[in-house]
Amino acid sequence: MTLNTYGGYWSPIVWVIAFVVAFLIVYILWGMGERKYKKGEQTKPFISGTEEPSKQEVHVRGGNVYWGFTEALKGYYNLMKKMHTGIINDYVLWFIGIGAILFLVIILPEVIK
Amino acid sequence: MNEWITHAPILIIAIPLFAAFLTPLVDRVSRRGRNALVFIAVILTLILTLALAKDVFDHGLRIYTLGGGSVDSTLVTLPSGYRLPVRIILEVDGMSAFMVVISVLISFVGLLYSFSHIKENGAGKYYTLFLLMLVGMLGMEVTGDLFNLFVFLEILSISSAALIAFYARGGKPVEASIKYIVISSLAALFVLFAIGLLYGEYDLLNMGAIAKKISLAGEIPFLAQIAFVLFLTSFALKAGAAPMHMWLPDAYGEAPGAISMVLVAATQASLYALLRVCFTIYGAAMDTAVIGGILIILGLISIFIGVTMALIQIDMKRLIGYAAVAEIGYILLAVGVGIFELAKGEISDYSMKALQGGIFHIFNDVMDIGLLFLVVGAVMYVTKESNLNKLGGLAHSMKYSSIFFIIGMAAVSGLPPLNGFASKILIYESVYKVSPLISIIAILASMLMLAIFVKIFHSVFMGPKLTEYERKDAPRLMLCSMAILAAIMIFFGLFPDFVVNNIVNPAVNALVKNLPYISAIGGA
Repeated sequence: MTLNTYGGYWSPIVWVIAFVVAFLIVYILWGMGERKYKKGEQTKPFISGTEEPSKQEVHVRGGNVYWGFTEALKGYYNLMKKMHTGIINDYVLWFIGIGAILFLVIILPEVIK
Repeated sequence: MNEWITHAPILIIAIPLFAAFLTPLVDRVSRRGRNALVFIAVILTLILTLALAKDVFDHGLRIYTLGGGSVDSTLVTLPSGYRLPVRIILEVDGMSAFMVVISVLISFVGLLYSFSHIKENGAGKYYTLFLLMLVGMLGMEVTGDLFNLFVFLEILSISSAALIAFYARGGKPVEASIKYIVISSLAALFVLFAIGLLYGEYDLLNMGAIAKKISLAGEIPFLAQIAFVLFLTSFALKAGAAPMHMWLPDAYGEAPGAISMVLVAATQASLYALLRVCFTIYGAAMDTAVIGGILIILGLISIFIGVTMALIQIDMKRLIGYAAVAEIGYILLAVGVGIFELAKGEISDYSMKALQGGIFHIFNDVMDIGLLFLVVGAVMYVTKESNLNKLGGLAHSMKYSSIFFIIGMAAVSGLPPLNGFASKILIYESVYKVSPLISIIAILASMLMLAIFVKIFHSVFMGPKLTEYERKDAPRLMLCSMAILAAIMIFFGLFPDFVVNNIVNPAVNALVKNLPYISAIGGA
């Protein structure tokens, strides 16, 4: 069950054993927690006395996840969106362009030689 | 059984081809009969493929000549005494066997998945095209002839394009299909042009025979060099390498769930053709440092553009499509490192490990991305929605689907102990030898990949129950298809040494040591 890699090896069984041991330790620690904790009033968030909005209202939708990351990379993403036009002519143009570059890189040195 | 194995290379093409043409006829009589026919055809193909692959892995190359009975019959002797390999010759080596196993396995899983929900009028056509897709992939992977490669590439492209447009909702799938067929036709045209150039140069179409000519000459003539660039560009486009990847999220995003998964295997068939051209036909005669460098650059661009573009998608199938581009990047990166030292004759340890990682990753990519496509297909089947901004809370009702998504997400992001980690660690460590920076980029991209799939998981499965969606999980057959893939992924993750030693290494050896493939065809 050991895979030899270039720099060492990878043994999934060691990882699984380590995972099980870590899980048991966490489970034991969790089991040692406060037993008097009551569900209900104590589980509700306290927002300075303001009533908690419904869960459906505050669920973060997919489009908002990683907003900060994409906002910080706005310049890059604007460029990428311009590149991905969705127009077939542009797709063909990229293909021809890459083909031309590969011609220059592979064939030209042979021609010059 | 030995007789079956002898004819297996042609039978794995002939059975689904025959069934494909029979399907519309049976469909007119009975839908159950149609399903039974397609299922039997695919299961027979699967059994034959597995037997053929085992035989090739154990005993080496297997050749089948149409119209001939023995290996010698690959040649036709002219009155002048000149002998030419002009028949239709199928050559199955370790790499071909590796690829056909992937294609048939994925098609089998895709078929089970399709049975659960493809019941509309036109299902007969769906299954006909599905089988033709399988024929196209298998033909590309076992043929020893360049013109046949082109023919099967066309069969694959046309059937795939029709299936992408299967659901004509809002016109978007039709648009994606038209884009796919335009791009595929263009690539096929360039491939045909390249084949014509090689035929003009060598009077040959057989890959082994052309490779022998190039290998004996030790250099590549100008026309053959032009042909190489055309092959490289066309197959890289068909494999979805950035920046020629734009068609891929369109096609994957609009196709039915099972077809998106089989399309991943179809793009790998084009990648196989690229590997066959690089390693077998041109081999050590090409400037391996330059070609290796080009593949590494294409790989890095694919990884970077794939993950960063996936991050901003709000359509979950397009998002996975971009992730698939990044996964292709990992394979190209590893293959590029593997090609680097091919010209030296004795390939170094790190190049071999990189190739092992790259070839192993082909299998992993198809299964990981495939599983994710099946899960989001199930989500779309239940909710009729693919917009991440509108979905949420589905883990309450789609418990099994969400578990399968977690497995797929962890595997594609390279989390241990799943299969994606095993192939990626081989790639990271060997690529580090070429440049630590490349390795760091690859690792960071994997982390970003995890972040992307956490986004889908959060958006689709987490959060409160939303009242607008039905409270049920996917049909059993859908879940069963996902379970098959998940089980293979876990097995590959827990026993990577078994997979590498028994399945991956024969494929890598077939690529690196191309002499048996070349010398199997005499004459010319």
